[in-house]
Amino acid sequence: MTQPTQVHASLFVTCIVDQLYPQVGVSVVNVLRRNGVIVDFPGEQTCCGQPLFNSGYTQLARQLSRRVIDSFTLSDYVVVPSGSCAAMLKVFYRELFSGDPDYGEKAEQLSEKVYEFSEFLVKVLGISDTGSYFPAKATYHSSCHLLREMEVRQEPVNLLGQVDGLELCPLPQAETCCGFGGTFSVKYPHISEGMMEDKIANVLATGADTLVACDMSCLIHIDGGLSRQGQSMNIRHIAEVLDGAEGSGGEGNG
Amino acid sequence: MAEVKTQDFVAASGAAIEDATLQRALRQVGGGFNEARLEAIEEVSWEAWEQWREEARRIKVHALEHLDYYLELLYEQVTKAGGQVHFARDAAQANAIVAEIAQARGVKVATKSKSMVSEELDLNKTLESVGVDVFETDLGEYIIQLAEETPSHLVAPALHKTKEQVSELFHEKLGVPLTDDIEEMARVAREALRSRFLAADLGISGANFLVAETGTLVIITNEGNGRLCTSAPKIHIGITGMEKVIPSLQDLSIFLRLLPRSATGQRLTSYVSMVTGPRRNEDEDGPEEFHLVLVDNGRSRLLADPELREALYCIRCGACLNICPVYGKIGGHAYGWVYPGPIGAIVSPALVGLKDAKDLPHASSLCGACREVCPIKINIPRMLLHLRHRLAESPSDAENSSTLIERQAAKGYTWLMSNPAALSAASKVGRMVQKPFSSEGKVAKKVSLPLVSQWTAARDLPTLARRSFRQIWADELEGESETRG
Repeated sequence: MTQPTQVHASLFVTCIVDQLYPQVGVSVVNVLRRNGVIVDFPGEQTCCGQPLFNSGYTQLARQLSRRVIDSFTLSDYVVVPSGSCAAMLKVFYRELFSGDPDYGEKAEQLSEKVYEFSEFLVKVLGISDTGSYFPAKATYHSSCHLLREMEVRQEPVNLLGQVDGLELCPLPQAETCCGFGGTFSVKYPHISEGMMEDKIANVLATGADTLVACDMSCLIHIDGGLSRQGQSMNIRHIAEVLDGAEGSGGEGNG
Repeated sequence: MAEVKTQDFVAASGAAIEDATLQRALRQVGGGFNEARLEAIEEVSWEAWEQWREEARRIKVHALEHLDYYLELLYEQVTKAGGQVHFARDAAQANAIVAEIAQARGVKVATKSKSMVSEELDLNKTLESVGVDVFETDLGEYIIQLAEETPSHLVAPALHKTKEQVSELFHEKLGVPLTDDIEEMARVAREALRSRFLAADLGISGANFLVAETGTLVIITNEGNGRLCTSAPKIHIGITGMEKVIPSLQDLSIFLRLLPRSATGQRLTSYVSMVTGPRRNEDEDGPEEFHLVLVDNGRSRLLADPELREALYCIRCGACLNICPVYGKIGGHAYGWVYPGPIGAIVSPALVGLKDAKDLPHASSLCGACREVCPIKINIPRMLLHLRHRLAESPSDAENSSTLIERQAAKGYTWLMSNPAALSAASKVGRMVQKPFSSEGKVAKKVSLPLVSQWTAARDLPTLARRSFRQIWADELEGESETRG
């Protein structure tokens, strides 16, 4: 019998995972490798440029975007453990370089290859059950860009539903923004805080001990608020759950 | 034109969040509209809904692309039906046209049905200045007129008020006993308004749609006040933005299905009034004169702008307000001008000037919920991004409001992120520096960091990890066999 062709994928790790939550990146690599994917990590990659793009600095965002595009020209697939950064690569680059003689075509090509992590598992690898074990009572927060730019709604929920030991509690107002919004939370912290408080109230109402999402940025925000309110809750990227990574994961921060 | 307070957004939104009564009012109403909207869509199926949205958008795109043609057709048809059409370049001209009509006919009392454009023009003030007593007859508008306030929502103008506040207002201004019975309050308003309807010699309405092929003004209401305003007085003036024109009655049907479902979750509003010219000879009643005032007031500027033209497709259903988590926290007044919420954050800068409303395009987490609910599929987040781009990088001084510090920060960030070696070095320094200020993976609460000090007022910030992912990759992962299992 011939071996099925192996899938090669490049990891776009995102700044937040690289600098703050590297264990998420490790879990992504673990899960992908466990499922037969050959993973590489182009070291030239840096920020996708979204903070600049969302602040209106389109020209500067293009500078960073070109670097990212160039870093992945040889990749078959680009896997991103964030709906937001994935949307930048997949959706916004096309708009940024629309009509650009040098990068227009390259942005289109990259767009075709970009998948958010859970989306990649389901759509490319055809996985419906990762065979993972993660004992927890968890609730899932759908991040906005994942929902409305990447149009990934059910994939993460379905994958989590198959995890052994994981009880998934539905989150009220699950599709309402947590108030992070990147630069929004810095520019209007008071409005962002109000939105965060609603999200936290909904998360706590589930009675879950673990909050899972596909975006660490939302989780930093919600966790930052929970921690300040003296609430203890485990926050986990979906990759950590599917990797069966218990405890605080990796070697921690600080 | 209505007073512009968009410059005060930061302070006004802060005050709104601190206002416990407003917060109670916002919580009570928002969710109800959204649930009703979902039910109304599920009843017809999402597939049908999606088709309707596509169709409505197609009609709006077409109508706006041929606006000159349809305005001319509308003009001909209204004129043929015996009405008069007036084009107003700006708010001052629109107000002058209405004032002149009122003065020439010796109008003393005017009744009005709800019109956002008249709010935009601050028409009531103009009419009062020429001796006309103006009475708002939509219940919500009546409440805010009594309270001397402005609408805070496109379809529910008094959404910011609790019923207790309304009861106190009626008690104070109308001398009626306090009550918590909403129907009783509506009865009080109805009674107060009845004599006004009978006394009015001028009725003023807005328009939800203008049908070009028949010269028909269409308003959809729930209270019947619109029909009284447009039929009882001797003169009817319809006043609206020139973008409200649609080609045909056939086209109207799709909007009549989309608008009420999007706005309040109704299949149809209680009243759909279609006015074509004044009373005809054989008619038993109706106004003797019909005037249609079509207002530009910055709309042709929007039309000429390919990036922002979409904003003119808006049918003012308010669905984007109801779903917006930012609007849900700060209400409508904080936006500082007539049009609040996500669509207002585009329309207001476009009509009052971008620099004067520079905070509005940033007043969004870009969550995209507004686009998802918009019955015309208006891409609000993209337009907000575009306005942010103009604020940051426009070569025009009239638009660019970026500060030197901001530009330097953006450039510095770009430089750092373009140099992986520098980034690694910076994160090493960061790890050393943070040590004394960290506990349990979070930056210690007492530490005040520049830029994010307000952020950390309510949230703990995580510290940098001991090793970055790229370090772990180089140390452990890269060398590992590429696949396992």
